Amino acid sequence: MTVLEFDAVTKIYSVRGAGQMKALDDVSFRLESGRTIGLVGQSGSGKSTIAKILTQLETPTSGEVRLDGQPIPRRGKGLRAYRQQLRMVFQDPFASLNPYHSIRYHIARPLRLDNVVPRDQVDDEVRRLLERVRLDSNAIIDRRPHELSGGQRQRVAIARALASRPKILVADEPVSMLDVSIRVGVLNLLADLQREEGLGVLYITHDLATARHFSDEIMVLNQGRVIEHGPADEVILRPQNPYTQELRAASPDPDNHFAPATGTFGGAL
Amino acid sequence: MTAVEPQLPAPDLVAVQDGTTATTAVKGHSRIPWRFLGGRALFYLFTLWAAITINFFLPRMMKGDAVTQYLARNRNVSPEAADALRSLLGLDTDKSLLQQYIDYWALLLQGDLGVSLLHGLRPVTEVISQALPWTIGLVGFATLVAFAIGTIGGAIVGWRRGSRLDALVPITTFLSTIPYFWLGLLAIAVFSVNLGWFPIGKAYGVGMSPEWSFEFVGQVIHHGFLPATTIIIASLGGWMLGMRNMMLTVLDEDYVMVAQAKGMPNSRVLWGYAARNAVLPQIQSFALSIGFIVGGTIVMEMVFSYPGVGKLLLDATNAKDYALMQGVFLVITLSVLLANLLADVAYAFLDPRTRQTEA
Amino acid sequence: MHPCIRPAWHVSPHESDHAPMNESLLSIHDFSVTYDVDPPVEAVKHVTLELQRGEILGLAGESGCGKTTLAYGVQRLLKAPAVITSGSVVFHDASGEDIELNSLGVEEMRRFRWDKISMVFQGAMNALNPVAPIGDQLEDVFEVHRPSLSASQRRAAVVELLEIVKVGAQRYRSFPHELSGGMRQRVMIAMALALRPQLMVMDEPTTALDVLVQREILRQISQLRHEFGFSVIFITHDLPLLLEISDRIAIMREGEIVELDTAERIWTDPQNEYTKTLLSSFPRLTGERGVVLR
Repeated sequence: MTVLEFDAVTKIYSVRGAGQMKALDDVSFRLESGRTIGLVGQSGSGKSTIAKILTQLETPTSGEVRLDGQPIPRRGKGLRAYRQQLRMVFQDPFASLNPYHSIRYHIARPLRLDNVVPRDQVDDEVRRLLERVRLDSNAIIDRRPHELSGGQRQRVAIARALASRPKILVADEPVSMLDVSIRVGVLNLLADLQREEGLGVLYITHDLATARHFSDEIMVLNQGRVIEHGPADEVILRPQNPYTQELRAASPDPDNHFAPATGTFGGAL
Repeated sequence: MTAVEPQLPAPDLVAVQDGTTATTAVKGHSRIPWRFLGGRALFYLFTLWAAITINFFLPRMMKGDAVTQYLARNRNVSPEAADALRSLLGLDTDKSLLQQYIDYWALLLQGDLGVSLLHGLRPVTEVISQALPWTIGLVGFATLVAFAIGTIGGAIVGWRRGSRLDALVPITTFLSTIPYFWLGLLAIAVFSVNLGWFPIGKAYGVGMSPEWSFEFVGQVIHHGFLPATTIIIASLGGWMLGMRNMMLTVLDEDYVMVAQAKGMPNSRVLWGYAARNAVLPQIQSFALSIGFIVGGTIVMEMVFSYPGVGKLLLDATNAKDYALMQGVFLVITLSVLLANLLADVAYAFLDPRTRQTEA
Repeated sequence: MHPCIRPAWHVSPHESDHAPMNESLLSIHDFSVTYDVDPPVEAVKHVTLELQRGEILGLAGESGCGKTTLAYGVQRLLKAPAVITSGSVVFHDASGEDIELNSLGVEEMRRFRWDKISMVFQGAMNALNPVAPIGDQLEDVFEVHRPSLSASQRRAAVVELLEIVKVGAQRYRSFPHELSGGMRQRVMIAMALALRPQLMVMDEPTTALDVLVQREILRQISQLRHEFGFSVIFITHDLPLLLEISDRIAIMREGEIVELDTAERIWTDPQNEYTKTLLSSFPRLTGERGVVLR
């Protein structure tokens, strides 16, 4: 079982002319393979910083990040191996794929770079990955990103992330730029893949509803601090922290909106 | 389904108002971003120092013989001038390199660039400062006019995309591909020789000497008309093309559509919203081209025998007047850096986003 | 204009054949838009819709269903290759006049715009001119549409607007990039509110904003609606959001309105298959867990 640990991580940025900014304040959590943690926060809460630290675009000011008990390597072969194990899916399906390259190229590249399969099997593996994300590989494989819909692009991004057979997947708002009606499809896909591959998934989002459905546990981040952490249903349905309660109340909730006891809501805010 | 508290708690208005990733407004909306400009000025000073230092090393990397021979041929140089020349041209190898460097800087700071052997031993600074105004005046003026017409024209052509005005772009770019000397010679042939409307060359009539009189100024304008016009015709295309392309990009932006949705009259959307944004990269190009004004119009000066810096440089090169050459290079370097600094200043004024130091 | 001279677009109340005019604000009848490309795309197909005064109408649907084209088309904001191929749009002004929007000339349309119908655009990221302070951008609405105002009156009007949307008068000289996303959106709302229009069309005004900011902005829109009495056409693909704020919702699919009913009935008793599919495709915050298979 793979375990990703964030141990009392703090990240402080110095802003020129404006002092210091604490992006993360003593954040700790444990992500095990086979489980999903939903990281919920609004802009500026620090959730992107966590993603950046995990992908080593930033380093913590204090605290440690460990994978399987070992601090994550910063250089050389260790870093290479780490990057294979932890992959990221980004928010913007338009920006995360290079418009000049075919889908085949996008997915073959990590396969080649990480020597996941022997050279002659790369093409088959690309097709297999496309099928896994429920895309018609024949139709898609030689297309360019702009010929695909947002949902299809995001599936390609997921296939690309899975190419190196990672243990941990960091999904940073993977569906927030997609239409509401196809979000569920992509999230279902991620859930299936997680189950089949035994991945640990860190699902970063500002949307409580999808966090609730997709995650086993939810962490609520506010201004760099974890203010609530518990099983998904508990946090959403019985929030303890006032900030979480505020978030919950502010999220669209048709079930409660039309409940007879709270009829005053209709049409007014 | 659990019973839920129906009341919406009032959200934290301060957090909501300021937003959480707000780039809070930079305190004091002063129009002059001193910090930004100060940084840029320092950078340019550093570049200037580097350029001068390179200038110092260049002649010292040349074969010393050529320079020694050259100096040996010219015996009428005064001892001080000879010393200065040796310093500038790297012949004072009897001193240590550091001493040479210091002496070199001392000369420069005194404004002593040596003497021009080609121009009767007059100080290089004097020779250059006689030619410089002509170049800057004529070419600067022509570039400015070309920029203005090209940019305004490009804005209009871009605005009326798809109309017959589009033809202006290939026409002007065609004109700019005509070899300039041909254009100049053609202009002279038609307008000077055949029609006799304009003089053949030079900056002013033979026998006149520079003075501030109506007659002299009149002559300057008369003589400068053809050179200026040919420069404008040749360079118009580039400006127009650049501006038109930027306009097309900007016209697709949301804020232009919003302006139209707001019911703004077309002229306001065109100038206030679209052109105002599209012109920003043009300013950068303009700044770069200013830098090249000083050294780049040698063809024009040859065709029209115009007494500018380009011709000066050409003559100096032919005559191997090293001191003068060095002096001209230095002046060109200085003007390019200055032009860039001015461009940065202008850009900082025009684009409020550059004034923002990091959030 | 001499009172006896009626502009071409002036339709007397008794000549109109629609619902009583003091209830209906906008009558869209058999409205169609085609994109004249190869092959032609019918973006809006024979849409008929009656918007009530003071109502919030939600326009829901997935990308490409035509909701934005419909909203832009009604205001004649579409650009080539979009072509309005049929239909009429009649605006029932508060003064009693009925205005046929399709027959307004360019200049009349320009004056009509923002005065009677205004728009709040999506992603105020780029909807504001980056090189002009927001105060100026609010002012030029007054400069163009209310030329009789003096400079100080204009300024006072802009200050009032900034206070109404809680951006604050101190932001008068701020540039768009100096404001957060939520504040920029509120500036857009202020701009749309400037001339006290009778209809505000909002195109995904809260997408890309945090849920807290979103809620505050929606609350503000609702409060302003009650205070100033304008109608709202709210376009979004976020159906849960629409269910909470709209009076009625129109579900669009492939250019047609497949269902139009009150928000409550759409939630509790949807008629159309597509509506049901759409409703079941979003995860519920507090309902049964079951949409996403875990």
